[in-house]
Amino acid sequence: MKYIDEFRDGHLARKIAATIGAEASSDRSYSLMEFCGGHTHAISRYGIEDLLPANVRMIHGPGCPVCVLPIGRVDDAIGIARRPDVILCIYGDLLRVPGSNRLSLMKVKAEGADVRMVYSAADSLVVARENPGKQVVFFAIGFETTTPPTALVIQQAKAMGLANYSVFSNHVLTPSAIATILESPEVSRLGTVPLDGFIGPAHVSTVIGSRPYEPFAETYRKPVVIAGFEPLDVLQAILMLVRQLNDGRAEVENEFSRAVTRDGNLKAQAIVADVFELRPTFEWRGLGYVDNSALAIREAYADFDAERRFSIETRSVPDNRACECGTILRGLKKPADCKLFGTVCTPESPMGSCMVSAEGACAAHWTYGRFRQAS
Amino acid sequence: MTTLQRKGPSLDFKNGRVDLTHGGGGRAMAQLVEELFIECFDNDALRQRNDQACLAVEAGRVVMTTDGYVISPLFFPGGDIGSLSVHGTINDVAMAGAVPLALSASFIIEEGLPLADLKRIVISMAAASKAAGVPVVTGDTKVVEKGKGDGLFIATTGIGQVPEGVRISGDLARPGDAILISGTMGDHGVAVMSLRESLGFETTLHSDSAALHGLVADMVAAVPAIHCLRDPTRGGLASTLNELASQSGVGMRIREADIPIRQEVRGACELLGLDPLYVANEGKLIAIVPGETAERLLSVMRSHPLGKDSAIIGTVVEDSHHFVQMETSFGGNRVVDWLAGEQLPRIC
Repeated sequence: MKYIDEFRDGHLARKIAATIGAEASSDRSYSLMEFCGGHTHAISRYGIEDLLPANVRMIHGPGCPVCVLPIGRVDDAIGIARRPDVILCIYGDLLRVPGSNRLSLMKVKAEGADVRMVYSAADSLVVARENPGKQVVFFAIGFETTTPPTALVIQQAKAMGLANYSVFSNHVLTPSAIATILESPEVSRLGTVPLDGFIGPAHVSTVIGSRPYEPFAETYRKPVVIAGFEPLDVLQAILMLVRQLNDGRAEVENEFSRAVTRDGNLKAQAIVADVFELRPTFEWRGLGYVDNSALAIREAYADFDAERRFSIETRSVPDNRACECGTILRGLKKPADCKLFGTVCTPESPMGSCMVSAEGACAAHWTYGRFRQAS
Repeated sequence: MTTLQRKGPSLDFKNGRVDLTHGGGGRAMAQLVEELFIECFDNDALRQRNDQACLAVEAGRVVMTTDGYVISPLFFPGGDIGSLSVHGTINDVAMAGAVPLALSASFIIEEGLPLADLKRIVISMAAASKAAGVPVVTGDTKVVEKGKGDGLFIATTGIGQVPEGVRISGDLARPGDAILISGTMGDHGVAVMSLRESLGFETTLHSDSAALHGLVADMVAAVPAIHCLRDPTRGGLASTLNELASQSGVGMRIREADIPIRQEVRGACELLGLDPLYVANEGKLIAIVPGETAERLLSVMRSHPLGKDSAIIGTVVEDSHHFVQMETSFGGNRVVDWLAGEQLPRIC
């Protein structure tokens, strides 16, 4: 595939890996967090860790929207789906996310709820138009990448005057999650989690640009390299981070310059700003309540807000006590440190959210990397 | 002498539809059997019009297999549910190294299916059976009420004779064996998915649906010591290798760079977020053979039209975890796991 294979070239990979090996100083370690699930997936799928020297360690971050979705919101969606007048449209990987009492949308679908998988927000609008006698609800989820398409369909629904369409917004914001990790006592005061730098998001950054990461470099003195999701992008970003750390620099660098600018996509930002506003606070799995970290639908589009339409009041539901998703999402533990990992929690029957999405740290390690644990 | 048998008009294959009487056991069903099934599948056993077929078989071992076909849509580039139901079951027979002898076919039809569609499917099925030299010798027809089926389901059963001296089974893979595949991976699944309304992409790709017993006959003749054969249908190459590894109690190491995958398949999988190793095939096989015979088998496979893109993709290793591991083209290693869950609609 032209323009993709170039970013998966094994020969180039070995060259960059050799440079990382040569430049990484043997008297220190490099703990680098890839924020995004897309990077976690690439690292596991292409076996990138096999190419890195032992003192360069990747920490998987919380950038998987399904993984950080709190149980209470899954319960809300299950409640909506169980209403007889509702068709709930969702992205495929939400189907198996466990809610309370081991329920999931897949289970309520089997019980007869009308839950439909869609590939885009726009598809849910088509479902609404084709089913005027039903309330069609789109379960919107994701970081800044998926927010503009959701905003756009809400604008379109309003323009069309669709009375049977609403959106259950679970959109969350990347910079506030990174700030929360940096502010956590383990990273900032105790130093129990060494965190030397970040691989910054790929697709998220095409929308928000590289500017929002500048405070992390300036205030927290952590280098950030924004990287694409292809494996060579990731390796190159690791090399750039190693160089910044060797030089004592803390800057925002952009490896993904073929798609990311400093200001991002202003048009998309304007559409999002028109439809959404900041929530004062929102619960994240693993991070708890984070102020100004998520988006709610503005009053002007209230008719299309499923939370208002169905009077949703989200309850906070604690994780299974043995589940380590929270500590894994903050980089405190690795998937294999969890007692449930690979025993009662597998991709076929996930207990924790990190095991659900292919981008989750546990699912990626189980699916692609567990041979390392065995050997 | 005048016949007292009342003979009504022929079935309306142009505008007619299947109704409940076509499965009711009465005259309408008899008419459907006569005018469509016996007409198309025409063979001695079927012409006996008994509830069973009587076949003469030689002494030795016989294999038997059965498979249900529930594919949606019924027609796809490179085939339809009819040809698929012939190829799929012949292939399951052939994966024992057996020579397929005969098939049965059971049709579960949803009320309202256009007779034209049914006829097109039966003609295609008969053509596939004839081309393969494996007759459909007995069958059954049921009609279910509208809403209780999805157009048409077909179940076929096949029997075949295993040649003397051939012992092929999924539990016979041994460390040191070579792993071969007979061609490109993922063609069928992507061709079928391209027709799904919700996915909305176009491709010139065709399903690889084909009967593999001819290829298998050549392979068995050249290398009777083949240990395992299996066709990587649902779950694709990845799941089938995991099945074999766990059945044989071994591990496997494969090389991504050696697995042939068409550009179109890779492109579609890239867009849809799928891994081609998990996408279904309907005209490909995996062979596991003693390492020293691999090159010879490869050249035999490549000289058959259905095996021209064959490749040696890896080796069987000792591993108490039964992991299938892959050296990625990028230079790392990873597990190639079982397919987790089922995100996609029916494709076989």
